[in-house]
Amino acid sequence: MNGVEEMYAEIILDHYRTKHHSGLREPYQAEVSHVNPSCGDEVQLRVALDGDVVADVSYSGVGCSISQASTSVMTDLVIGRSIDEAMGLAADFSDMMHSAGRYTPDEDRLEDAVAFIGVAQFPARVKCALLGWSAFKDATAKALAATAAKEDPR
Amino acid sequence: MPDLARAIAALAEPMGYDVAAIRDDFPVLARRVGEHPLVYLDSANTSQKPRAVVDAIAEHYLHHNGNVARAMHTLGVEATSAYEGARARIAAFIGARSASEVVFTKNASEALNLAAHTLGVGLRPGDEIVISVLEHHSNIVPWQLLAQRTGAVLRWYDITEEGRLDLDKAEDERLINERTKIVSIAAVSNVLGTVNPVARIAAQAHAVGATMVVDAAQAAPHGRLDVGTLGADLVAFTGHKMLGPTGIGVLWGRYDLLETLPPFLGGGEMIAVVRMQGSTYADPPYRFEAGTPPIAQAVGLGAAVDYLDRVGIEQVAVHEERITAYALARLARTDGVRLLGPKQPVDRGGAISFTLTTEDGFEVHPHDVMQLLDSRGIAVRGGHHCARPLHERLGLTASNRASVYLYTTTEEIDALAEGLGYVRDFFGGRR
Repeated sequence: MNGVEEMYAEIILDHYRTKHHSGLREPYQAEVSHVNPSCGDEVQLRVALDGDVVADVSYSGVGCSISQASTSVMTDLVIGRSIDEAMGLAADFSDMMHSAGRYTPDEDRLEDAVAFIGVAQFPARVKCALLGWSAFKDATAKALAATAAKEDPR
Repeated sequence: MPDLARAIAALAEPMGYDVAAIRDDFPVLARRVGEHPLVYLDSANTSQKPRAVVDAIAEHYLHHNGNVARAMHTLGVEATSAYEGARARIAAFIGARSASEVVFTKNASEALNLAAHTLGVGLRPGDEIVISVLEHHSNIVPWQLLAQRTGAVLRWYDITEEGRLDLDKAEDERLINERTKIVSIAAVSNVLGTVNPVARIAAQAHAVGATMVVDAAQAAPHGRLDVGTLGADLVAFTGHKMLGPTGIGVLWGRYDLLETLPPFLGGGEMIAVVRMQGSTYADPPYRFEAGTPPIAQAVGLGAAVDYLDRVGIEQVAVHEERITAYALARLARTDGVRLLGPKQPVDRGGAISFTLTTEDGFEVHPHDVMQLLDSRGIAVRGGHHCARPLHERLGLTASNRASVYLYTTTEEIDALAEGLGYVRDFFGGRR
């Protein structure tokens, strides 16, 4: 196996072919659309919160194996977690992707997402791996704002 | 190898055309990517540079560097002479009547923005600007901005199934009419390779009194661009796609038109007299060249044009037509490849875009195709190639593009075709 074949780990290709939690679902408090301007890849993503828990993340999009698989892995990780835990995972994943591969991921925490360590060695593809995560962070912030506005109408 | 491809490979190179000798002039072509020899098929993005161009730039910086026009000492005079000499060389290369018709810019995008800004001064609400759906973003966005500023209406040519401008539909829609003030079209599509009928469209534009702008970024490097017969009023192209350095582009304009256009950027060297109450402006081309220009880059582009002249731009065109024909035939017979744009090497440049599908019908994303080809040393582009509206029109998000130039060989096309087989198997679960 060469470097690029290691990058396309079996876990990534499996998630690419069989995406988890894909498709847009009701209910949700916020929906965002994020694009990767260099390739036109897009993800439309919804977040439903239940108190401080991420109750659901649903999405649809077009993109490369890396962006699609990363979004799929991300939903596995964050659904059912508290917002704080989910944001902590997002921060860890981002650190790993910006490490140029010099990072020892905690497999117990990041689970399937550790497969993306190989992608971190290809700077042109780091953006692909972060697309879904950045949409999730944005949608969660918007969902929190929407929930707060509802509870405290001014 | 398929029969047709073999037949095309057997076609003779142009007389005296020695691709191996040409490749020797480009040191980068001898390098390796990992353990693989580089197969550079991204010249439509940027071309590689021959040693002569790099040497000319180094010679200028190391022995003749001074500012142009304003510096009166020996080095200033030498720099001015080199800069103006490059202008004259490029003017001759494109058949301009005089060097004053050649305006230096930083790239083709700036040249098109210059055209949009200066032509746009006279536009009124309801005036029409015509472009096409196959344009590069640099020939779309400046006109969108101009339309927003002036209230002019932006309209565009659609394309046919084959990927050519749909002239019949344009005729039915009266696309070019008495309200049309500007028509701006690419001479050659950077995605589909289509050569557009610029002269015919220019005649229609001129018949209604409109100005014809041509984006020749993908045309000037690959064949004789003769501004005298093209029919255009303004022509934009860039240096780095034609063996020159980055940071230098050209806007050619008919002198009598340039003379009527207002300045674009204000600053040094573009003025006649500056008073606090107001200034008067220099004649073209200096009116459009505010500030210290890209001097060494102009010198580099002059050397690039010299190189193309030594090889013979007509010979380059014949070589590329041959390689393009070979690539079209080879890729058409590569499993899973769907070619976009004209499939015959007729009125077609050497940019070949395609998609790749696995045996079980799974479309491999262009980024993934690009990445796996890169792991074998093969450089192609994956994305929308700065032509998102065209991809949307084709029902795609993105595609891959292989593009050829004077140094491309049939063996490199073979490497691409074999590489695509590997990518297909990899994503088809046969790794």
